[in-house]
Amino acid sequence: MSDATSGRLETIIEFRNVGYRLPDGNELLHGVSFMVPRGETLVLLGRSGAGKTTALKLINRLTEPSGGEVLIEGRRTTDWDPIALRRRVGYVIQETGLFPHYTVEQNVSLVPRLEGWPTGRIRSRARELLALVGLDPAQFLERYPHELSGGQRQRVGVARALAADPPILLMDEPFGALDPLTRMEIRREFVALQERLGKTIVIVTHDTSEALLLGTRIALFEAGALRGIYSPREFLLSSEPVASAYVSQLHTLEEFERGK
Amino acid sequence: MSLTDFFSRHANEILQATLEHVWLVGATMLLAIAIGVPLGVLVARRPWLSRPILGSANIAETIPSLALLGFLLPVPWLGDRADRLAITALTLYALLPIIRNTAAGIAGVDPAVREAARGMGMTQRQILFHVELPLSLSTVLAGVRVATVLTIGIATIAAAVGAGGLGEFIFRGLAMVNNQLILAGAIPAAALALGADFLLSVLERRLRPAR
Repeated sequence: MSDATSGRLETIIEFRNVGYRLPDGNELLHGVSFMVPRGETLVLLGRSGAGKTTALKLINRLTEPSGGEVLIEGRRTTDWDPIALRRRVGYVIQETGLFPHYTVEQNVSLVPRLEGWPTGRIRSRARELLALVGLDPAQFLERYPHELSGGQRQRVGVARALAADPPILLMDEPFGALDPLTRMEIRREFVALQERLGKTIVIVTHDTSEALLLGTRIALFEAGALRGIYSPREFLLSSEPVASAYVSQLHTLEEFERGK
Repeated sequence: MSLTDFFSRHANEILQATLEHVWLVGATMLLAIAIGVPLGVLVARRPWLSRPILGSANIAETIPSLALLGFLLPVPWLGDRADRLAITALTLYALLPIIRNTAAGIAGVDPAVREAARGMGMTQRQILFHVELPLSLSTVLAGVRVATVLTIGIATIAAAVGAGGLGEFIFRGLAMVNNQLILAGAIPAAALALGADFLLSVLERRLRPAR
């Protein structure tokens, strides 16, 4: 699907001069171009309304670009069957969007069921997934989402997104609703998980330390435009005003801690 | 003759009329659910259809029931049988709460849940049947409950066109100025309404999704 000429790193997601305009004419995204090689974790960082979530939704075609094109595995999203595309792209959102009328097991095995997997394989996959995200299957499979803590819900959300082993994983502020300690714990586990699975991941966040911890690269969004893409190291050292604003906010935190 | 004597003496007739009443209401509710739920889905899905659909159902609601029966009487196939005529008129009354609650139930589904469903590659149809309808079931049922209680009351008018039911006693009682006859229709009708309300509210609570 992807061209072999692109070298060692095969591009799996590509934005070509992408714009997105609301029907009322409001422009949420303009002139965005970037490439994501397979296996990368790209963090979309920016303040609320900078266009990061819009960019994310363009990847699984929850929205379609009003200008330019988004290519997944070399094919325009508008040429993909949206259902087939979304089955290849795991999706985790902040409120998790777990189905309240489904047990954990039913939630996690939803996509395999839609894909028509044999029952035995669905059952073993659900157990495997819960173990993967650090939840004891015996204890959690039969529970309903309202019987879980925020952190547990988030883990189930990740397990559900990974169910059919999609090559791409999209996460919209996945740890945003968690308390700071749980967030830190889950982030660490997530880094370990990410190393094991080798998925291509795109994460939206407005949290600088999260971006630095999780991202192999950081795409900085500001007012609907992409300001630059940096490795965590480049980001820390960048003299670009917007990037350094984020970094100095980190420093303030450190100084405050040192001052105490 | 006391009221209890009257009831025990006419137990068979009262039972007969009650069964007729239950048949009228039951058939009406099945029809109204079969029509109202899809219309409610349509209202939730296509906002531009909400005014014409809810508007028409609203208008039907405002027509006095006796007049509606009168209007429908000359309609060819409908006017042929009294119960057919009565059930049609009753269905028109029962539609509004069902349509409105179905639409409200679907609109009330957490947007995050719907977006997650879309993001996981569920089709519109799958989202409707596996997510939206199950999650709005208790709201839909609340509409069915209101419509059922309403229909049990209005169904007494069906006797005016000879469709039977508990209204028979009420109309006869009115004509003969006999309160016992009126009560022989009114008390079972009220009991039916209370019973239906209770059963459906129990069901509604059990189906309410936990949060």
